[in-house]
Amino acid sequence: MTRSISDIRRGLAAGDFSSVEITQDYLSRIAQHNPALNCFISVTGDIALEQARQADAALATGEAAVLAGVPLAHKDLFCTDGVRTSCGSRILDNFIAPYDATVIERFKRDGAVMLGKTNMDEFAMGSSNENSYYGSVANPWNTRHVPGGSSGGSAAAVAAGLAPGATGTDTGGSIRQPAALCGVTGIKPTYGRVSRYGMIAYGSSLDQGGPFARSAEDCALLLQTMSGFDPRDSTSTEQAVPDYSAGLGQGIEGLKIGLPKEYFAEGLDSRIAGVIETAIAELRKLGAEIRDISLPNTSLSIPTYYVIAMAECSSNLSRMDGVRFGHRAENPVDLEDLYKRSRGEGFGAEVKRRIMIGTYALSAGYYDAYYLKAQQLRRMIKQDFQQAFADVDLILGPTTPETAFELGAKTDDPVSMYLQDIYTISLNLAGLPGMSLPVGFLDGLPVGMQLIGDYFDEAGLLNAAHCYQQVTDWHLQVPEAFR
Amino acid sequence: MSDWESVIGLEIHAQLATKSKIFSGASTAFGAEPNTQACAVDLGLPGVLPVLNREVVTMAIRFGVAIDAEIDHHSVFARKNYFYPDLPKGYQISQFELPIVGKGHIFISPSEGEHKEIGITRAHLEEDAGKSIHDQFPDQSGIDLNRAGTPLLEIVSEPDMRSAKEAVAYARKIHSLVRYLEICDGNMQEGSFRCDANVSVRRKGEQKLGTRAEIKNINSFRFLERAINYEIERQIELIEDGGSVVQETRLYDSERDETRSMRSKEEANDYRYFPDPDLLPVAITDEDIARIRAELPELPEQKKQRYVDELGLSDYNAELLTASRETASFFETALAEVPGQNALLANWVLGDLAGALNKANLDINDSPITPSMLAQLISRIADDTISGKIAKEVFEAMWQGEGGADEIIEARGLKQITDSGAIESLIDAVIAANPDQVEQFRAGKDKVLGFFVGQVMKQSQGKANPGQVNAILREKLKP
Amino acid sequence: MTLKIDDVRNIAHLARLHIDEADIDRYVADLSSILDLVDQMNQVDSSGVAPLSNPLDATQRLRDDEVTESNQRDKFQAIAPDVSQGFYRVPKVIE
Repeated sequence: MTRSISDIRRGLAAGDFSSVEITQDYLSRIAQHNPALNCFISVTGDIALEQARQADAALATGEAAVLAGVPLAHKDLFCTDGVRTSCGSRILDNFIAPYDATVIERFKRDGAVMLGKTNMDEFAMGSSNENSYYGSVANPWNTRHVPGGSSGGSAAAVAAGLAPGATGTDTGGSIRQPAALCGVTGIKPTYGRVSRYGMIAYGSSLDQGGPFARSAEDCALLLQTMSGFDPRDSTSTEQAVPDYSAGLGQGIEGLKIGLPKEYFAEGLDSRIAGVIETAIAELRKLGAEIRDISLPNTSLSIPTYYVIAMAECSSNLSRMDGVRFGHRAENPVDLEDLYKRSRGEGFGAEVKRRIMIGTYALSAGYYDAYYLKAQQLRRMIKQDFQQAFADVDLILGPTTPETAFELGAKTDDPVSMYLQDIYTISLNLAGLPGMSLPVGFLDGLPVGMQLIGDYFDEAGLLNAAHCYQQVTDWHLQVPEAFR
Repeated sequence: MSDWESVIGLEIHAQLATKSKIFSGASTAFGAEPNTQACAVDLGLPGVLPVLNREVVTMAIRFGVAIDAEIDHHSVFARKNYFYPDLPKGYQISQFELPIVGKGHIFISPSEGEHKEIGITRAHLEEDAGKSIHDQFPDQSGIDLNRAGTPLLEIVSEPDMRSAKEAVAYARKIHSLVRYLEICDGNMQEGSFRCDANVSVRRKGEQKLGTRAEIKNINSFRFLERAINYEIERQIELIEDGGSVVQETRLYDSERDETRSMRSKEEANDYRYFPDPDLLPVAITDEDIARIRAELPELPEQKKQRYVDELGLSDYNAELLTASRETASFFETALAEVPGQNALLANWVLGDLAGALNKANLDINDSPITPSMLAQLISRIADDTISGKIAKEVFEAMWQGEGGADEIIEARGLKQITDSGAIESLIDAVIAANPDQVEQFRAGKDKVLGFFVGQVMKQSQGKANPGQVNAILREKLKP
Repeated sequence: MTLKIDDVRNIAHLARLHIDEADIDRYVADLSSILDLVDQMNQVDSSGVAPLSNPLDATQRLRDDEVTESNQRDKFQAIAPDVSQGFYRVPKVIE
């Protein structure tokens, strides 16, 4: 069950097994392990088997699409026609999406099979998957620890072999951080690379969808399907999509990699720093040139991010009002009551906190001090990166300051949770692509390394990660309980 | 009233006449069954995104060019956040700091010969909300989102108007302009052209503006005038009684002819405007503006001037003819067939034709008498085939569908008698029959001429050419 | 930055969120500490810097004025909490 997607494609093409067979395998693993891990909110067994049957038929004719028969899981933030799309929230617990997100349409077009919708922090707000209406997700490496968030369900599903690949979304690190904590590979592309149509919005100018898989090679395949211009998304770019798979294995001789001194300062666990150093040494052996750089405004990225994300989400979530869909309070006495109780009952505490801060930041008298100021700092942070990329091709650092912490360790203090995002957040502000790949373990828990690329250099990131993964095997490790 | 001055500004919402909505591909057609023209984007379903309609931008720029306004090269959409059931997303996509059209102006003639410049502060694009109906269900309101997402151009005037009359003249001018530009059908009953008035008063000579009230729910020019006049009086009385005007929104009630405070909809809404992150700034180039300017039709102001300068029409008639594009078009089409008959044609269009249309409650576009038909009638008057008086009879017959002017004149034998011999015979007969009156005329009673003219006309069933009758009668009645 | 209880009540009202009285103090504390985090932005002078709205500094693409959507009322209203005769229903609103 540690088959890669590439393996699956080869096996299906060779007739070693059928899509129905492997889909059934995954479905029974999900039935066996999901109670303990809680990765899935909805399992779409019937749909999956029907899609698998159709894929097998297409494969038999030799005219199959590129991902025909490959089973995947999707974060419950992507609208799936006829299937519950909850965003991990009570307010959408009864929301059967009446249309497919563009990303979902593309996976269907490419023949993939949908195993189910994965658990997540409510409305993508969280770094531990402890904010879900459907309960926490457990980290397959140690089930008393968090998998990371907000795409915790997808990361854990891939780590435990419940799906060979999964989709996630990343607004402040929600793909990269859980990838690091679960020991899998994940990539957040450049803003505008993947369509946001049907991807329920949290921070509209920050959100991007991206894949999780066991390797950069697999991520390249999934990202290929997800990427590309969508006329239904005004923020979608018309920039051409390169062939990510063809771009792998180019070697990284002479590649200039920058290490921001701010990412290796105090606050970083010294043992994590040690693991990262070992990974850097591997990259040196492959011919990469390592340089010191500076991203001076790094520390400002957290407050900047939270103001912008909270302001945008406070507005994005206003449509959840109990009128046209979703949870509606019983027997509302008037309109005010309908709104307040539907939303009060439907949203969890973290979501309510963020809506309120966002509302406050935008309100009369505070706009300049908060929102406008944050947008100015955002430009300064972007400029830091632009200056750095004048000197280097990629930027490298740890993905997270700690390995997976224990369930409940940070739920009493929202701010301590926000500080988990220190290395991942600034890229979302700048719109740059970033990925996390596993580079070691500490006390049995995975350590992730982050690579940051310049705009639309997903190919460069995937290639570098792939070269590293050809000479190391951290990405092939599987937690004992799930072998 | 005489030591008070009223200060009025108007906010006009013009629904732009596009086929699809401003941010989605749903239809904007009026009158569909509830919620059959509300797509996922209009419903504000989770995950949907807006994409801007090109035609909306073109129409807004067209308006900006026509009012000589500044047009920014960079325009931004902003979210206006508030909760209301007809606003599905919980915010309206509008414009705040960088509207597509900046400062401009327009000229009005509130009364004949008067010319006043009214400033326009800005015009911006936004999406319309849906509709709520309150009389369909006992304890509930029903929401129809067909209208949600229809493009609106909100036109904000400077508070330059000083009377209800000026306000109406301004509203009519804007109404005419948006129809000329073919950006709005101006149908006030269907809600595609809505006027809200901001009214305040102050003592004459005072510089500071008084507190203003906003009047909504006005759906005709007549009601606009009445609502403003009512409000001015109300405010003056209030202040003179020792009270003060509250800044609020008031609804105009046309049945009672009064304005009423709205039930605290205005708890000083904090709209929390911020640039919409789902939309990017709209880039407008000088080429775009030049192209749109070159494609503009002749505007009412220019057309009116041309009618005065080149066609010799009076200012008053020119203003009336150019008030609507359809009327001007009708006039020009007809004129092309009877060149030179400017004044005569103008009188018929503004007189008999307008009267008949009004009585039958028809638009000029639905007139049973086409421009060509009217032109033919005019040319028969001009070439003396019929008199002006007979022409009225012919017009009536044409209106009833009896055919063209020539057909009717032929069928009813209405040709004017212009043969002097024939007229002389008629006159001789009348003179012979009325010796007393002849005596009276020759004795100096000039008015008796009218009697003779009348008799001749009667004898000829109105067909004798009045000019010739007059001339020959005078000759024959000479002592 | 410490918020007062009334601030929190006002914000909750603006955002149409019902907060139980029992939870208000907790919200006051949490929101205040988040605002403390956010106040760190003031450590830096950003005067003269143009705000960044869209990471790519791109401009809006325009779509042609065509009707591309058809009537899907039945599908969309199948998931609605309260519809009748084609209308969405809410408690009566008085204008």
